[in-house]
Amino acid sequence: MNFSEVFKLSSLLCKFSPDGKYLASCVQYRLVVRDVNTLQILQLYTCLDQIQHIEWSADSLFILCAMYKRGLVQVWSLEQPEWHCKIDEGSAGLVASCWSPDGRHILNTTEFHLRITVWSLCTKSVSYIKYPKACLQGIAFTRDGRYMALAERRDCKDYVSIFVCSDWQLLRHFDTDTQDLTGIEWAPNGCVLAVWDSCLEYKILLYSLDGRLLSAYSAYEWSLGIKSVAWSPSSQFLAVGSYDGKVRILNHVTWKMITEFGHPATINNPKIVVYKEAEKSPQLGLGCLSFPPPGAGAGPLPSSESKYEIASVPVSLQTLKPVTDRANPKIGIGMLAFSPDSYFLATRNDNIPNAVWVWDIQKLRLFAVLEQLSPVRTFQWDPQQPRLAICTGGSRLYLWSPAGCMSVQVPGEGDFAVLSLCWHLSGDSMALLSKDHVCLCFLETEASVSTACRQLGGHT
Amino acid sequence: MGDWMTVTDRGLSSESKTISQYTSEIKMSPSSLYSQQVLCSSIPLSKNVHSFFSAFCTEDNIEQSISYLDQELTTFGFPSLYEESKGKETKRELNIVAVLNCMNELLVLQRKNLLAQENVETQNLKLGSDMDHLQSCYSKLKEQLETSRREMIGLQERDRQLQCKNRNLHQLLKNEKDEVQKLQNIIASRATQYNHDMKRKEREYNKLKERLHQLVMNKKDKKIAMDILNYVGRADGKRGSWRTGKTEARNEDEMYKILLNDYEYRQKQILMENAELKKVLQQMKKEMISLLSPQKKKPRERVDDSTGTVISDVEEDAGELSRESMWDLSCETVREQLTNSIRKQWRILKSHVEKLDNQVSKVHLEGFNDEDVISRQDHEQETEKLELEIQQCKEMIKTQQQLLQQQLATACDDDTTSLLRDCYLLEEKERLKEEWSLFKEQKKNFERERRSFTEAAIRLGLERKAFEEERASWLKQQFLNMTTFDHQNSENVKLFSAFSGSSDRDNLIVHSRQPQKKPHNVSNGSPVCMSKLTKSLPASPSTSDFCQTRSCVSEHSSSINVLNMTPEEIKPNQVGGECTNQKWSVASRPGSQEGCYSGCSLTYTNSHVEKDDLP
Repeated sequence: MNFSEVFKLSSLLCKFSPDGKYLASCVQYRLVVRDVNTLQILQLYTCLDQIQHIEWSADSLFILCAMYKRGLVQVWSLEQPEWHCKIDEGSAGLVASCWSPDGRHILNTTEFHLRITVWSLCTKSVSYIKYPKACLQGIAFTRDGRYMALAERRDCKDYVSIFVCSDWQLLRHFDTDTQDLTGIEWAPNGCVLAVWDSCLEYKILLYSLDGRLLSAYSAYEWSLGIKSVAWSPSSQFLAVGSYDGKVRILNHVTWKMITEFGHPATINNPKIVVYKEAEKSPQLGLGCLSFPPPGAGAGPLPSSESKYEIASVPVSLQTLKPVTDRANPKIGIGMLAFSPDSYFLATRNDNIPNAVWVWDIQKLRLFAVLEQLSPVRTFQWDPQQPRLAICTGGSRLYLWSPAGCMSVQVPGEGDFAVLSLCWHLSGDSMALLSKDHVCLCFLETEASVSTACRQLGGHT
Repeated sequence: MGDWMTVTDRGLSSESKTISQYTSEIKMSPSSLYSQQVLCSSIPLSKNVHSFFSAFCTEDNIEQSISYLDQELTTFGFPSLYEESKGKETKRELNIVAVLNCMNELLVLQRKNLLAQENVETQNLKLGSDMDHLQSCYSKLKEQLETSRREMIGLQERDRQLQCKNRNLHQLLKNEKDEVQKLQNIIASRATQYNHDMKRKEREYNKLKERLHQLVMNKKDKKIAMDILNYVGRADGKRGSWRTGKTEARNEDEMYKILLNDYEYRQKQILMENAELKKVLQQMKKEMISLLSPQKKKPRERVDDSTGTVISDVEEDAGELSRESMWDLSCETVREQLTNSIRKQWRILKSHVEKLDNQVSKVHLEGFNDEDVISRQDHEQETEKLELEIQQCKEMIKTQQQLLQQQLATACDDDTTSLLRDCYLLEEKERLKEEWSLFKEQKKNFERERRSFTEAAIRLGLERKAFEEERASWLKQQFLNMTTFDHQNSENVKLFSAFSGSSDRDNLIVHSRQPQKKPHNVSNGSPVCMSKLTKSLPASPSTSDFCQTRSCVSEHSSSINVLNMTPEEIKPNQVGGECTNQKWSVASRPGSQEGCYSGCSLTYTNSHVEKDDLP
């Protein structure tokens, strides 16, 4: 594993282009585009204000930079550096901006969710969509980029509109049987839309592309409901994480629950491997877990090493006592992610914030649990193989694969607190983001990694 | 007077003696002690009768006392002490015989009484101890009763408490339930309230939004604009099309196409899955039929009445199998047939298995008593133990095999090696092991002896040298002193005798070595001849030859061991040559290692014994 030098960054704005060739990062009001392989600066754009949001177009030709405070969006072309485009939402304000899947339209949501403006880069035409719902996940595009589903609120009722992205024609418009719709998400095959209610009620509805209600599912009443939803990449499963600390897996044929995964604080099953991160003083454990950084000779050595130990069952995980009288209590399944091959599901229970649970979807059982020393901030699956990268806001990067687990110290001067990470398309590298720096991490080829993992497995 | 007194005295003393003897034989009980005391006192009593009887009878009142005694005795039913009076006037004479008889009877009675008393006393004691025991038992039981009563009271108390608790818990549960119900109602009402409020708020919010919309959007906001250098082409290179009814229809079409594709894809998958499952079912059916067909006749006879239809179905289905292709055509009808037939056959199979189970259980019940049935755990333990044993045995066999092969490496022909590999029975292993230890021991002895032999050989060589020198000198002398032959002759004899002593020893060495060295030579069976040879040709087995043989021995020791046995067996019992020959054949026959080894061990013991005789 190799690490690049660190680059400056602000607001955690750093993204790989969809084709995997470029890396865009923001420093205050400047947008820097680098080549992923050489890390040479290819382009440098200067925006009018501090950038708050960036997004690559699907064809990797354009980047939009949103400055919400000023109600501005600036678009840059990679091919023509002199080309520029500036969209001003004026007094209507701006709270969200995104590309349409064709990469030629920009959807801007105005303040108070008054409307969504669809700006075209091809024609002068501007479309407006009224009554968008102010919710967490109100816009969803199908994976093939053909359709857009939009949550709407009219007359105290929830609706979903399905648009054809090519000409923004309304295809379907239907009301949903929800009290307060919170999120919508297309299945990866683009034929089923999952719609779920706010946390006050456990309700998930499944609609066909043509607006038919396929199924409705509710696990229980009276208690706080759904917290997170994820489709498996195969569209076969829908994982629903809820405030009761369980993940329920629905199947795509009958839309009934197949199984539910509880997240108890103690693990008794001896079949489950529990990796426990343990801190060690550096002189003791310079095993294969601790990675000797190539460029860290000058930098001060980290004060301590950390490595994974296999805890013997029963293991009790560190739990957080939630404050129940506040809104958005820290309980329930807050994060859910399927591995790209749909074989694994990683979850995090918010009142056991240090642990990541990895479930085997083929056998529908718990596979492994990773307990970190500090709360897990983000995890993301390698797009190419079942490999999970985890960061906890510390200076280490954690990787899990079925073969084993490892923790890697990010080299550099001072602590590089990894707040977020994103994988490169190829799965060979990833960007590690700290508060004001970004660093690229290059992983070994698959073979060497697997051997390393095996070694780790033997050592842990 | 003094006469009879002495007589009675003697009788009394003898009586008392017997009694005392008797009592001394009886256990020493207080009563018997007492009686003994009494009796003891009666012994001195006999000596000074006068003083004793002085109270009752004195010389003055003999008559009165006799009459008194007579009276007393007659009242007790004894014959009178006086002789039968012939006349009234005649004074009745004291009948001494009667007196003695009475006395004797009295004494017998006394003894009897004593015995009875003793019995009664022991009885009494026994009863007393019984009584004690019973009393202690009684008190113990009473205590027990008391404790159990107390326990019962305690348990009752606990029961009551638990019941009380239970009631409380029930009450609590009920309360909780009520509470839950209440809370649910509250939640529900709150929810409706909340929803209502939300709706109201939302309406207000919407109104505000509308107003804002009007204010912000409808006013021609100059700022809301896109400043673009030049419009770019569409990603697909096409030009944007006008929105018309046509495009709408096209979009609809496309959507349905997508949906249709998805459904088709899923249908295909399901079809594939179905086909797989069908295949499995079909295979299962076939296997079931093949499995059940040999037993078809039996159940037909047995279950003809109840499931006769099933069998006919089986046959029908068997015929149907040829039309497998139709299974792919439609499913409705075929599915039903298939599932039905499978179900039926499954039922048959199930009944058959159940029958088998029943039979097995019956056999079990008949064959074994409940005690004889080994529990599964025991069985497993036993098998485990046996497996362990087998493992150990295998290891042992392996080590033995290795050792043997090391020994037999060069000498053994292919037959024997294959034999070694093949015939490893456990018993043989055991014996082999024993024999192996014996063999080792013997080998050790053997080696020791060999050492002594080599020493002897060296000595022999030296002696031979000396002899040869001597002979040379002797020949020379003879040659020189032809004339003084007689004198030299006597010397010669001396020399020979000196040599023969040593050669005898050598001879023995050679003899014991010879069978190892040249078995074929020995098989002729003439050690005497050998000794003669060595005697007559003292120079023939040189030291180098000896060395050779030694190496040969070390190399071929095992084979020689086998061969070794014959000469020694032959030698002691030449009559039993046939027997040894038989053994030979046994040893050479492949597959009978046992015989070979037993023979070997035998020879070894023999040789050992013989060698012990050696110097």
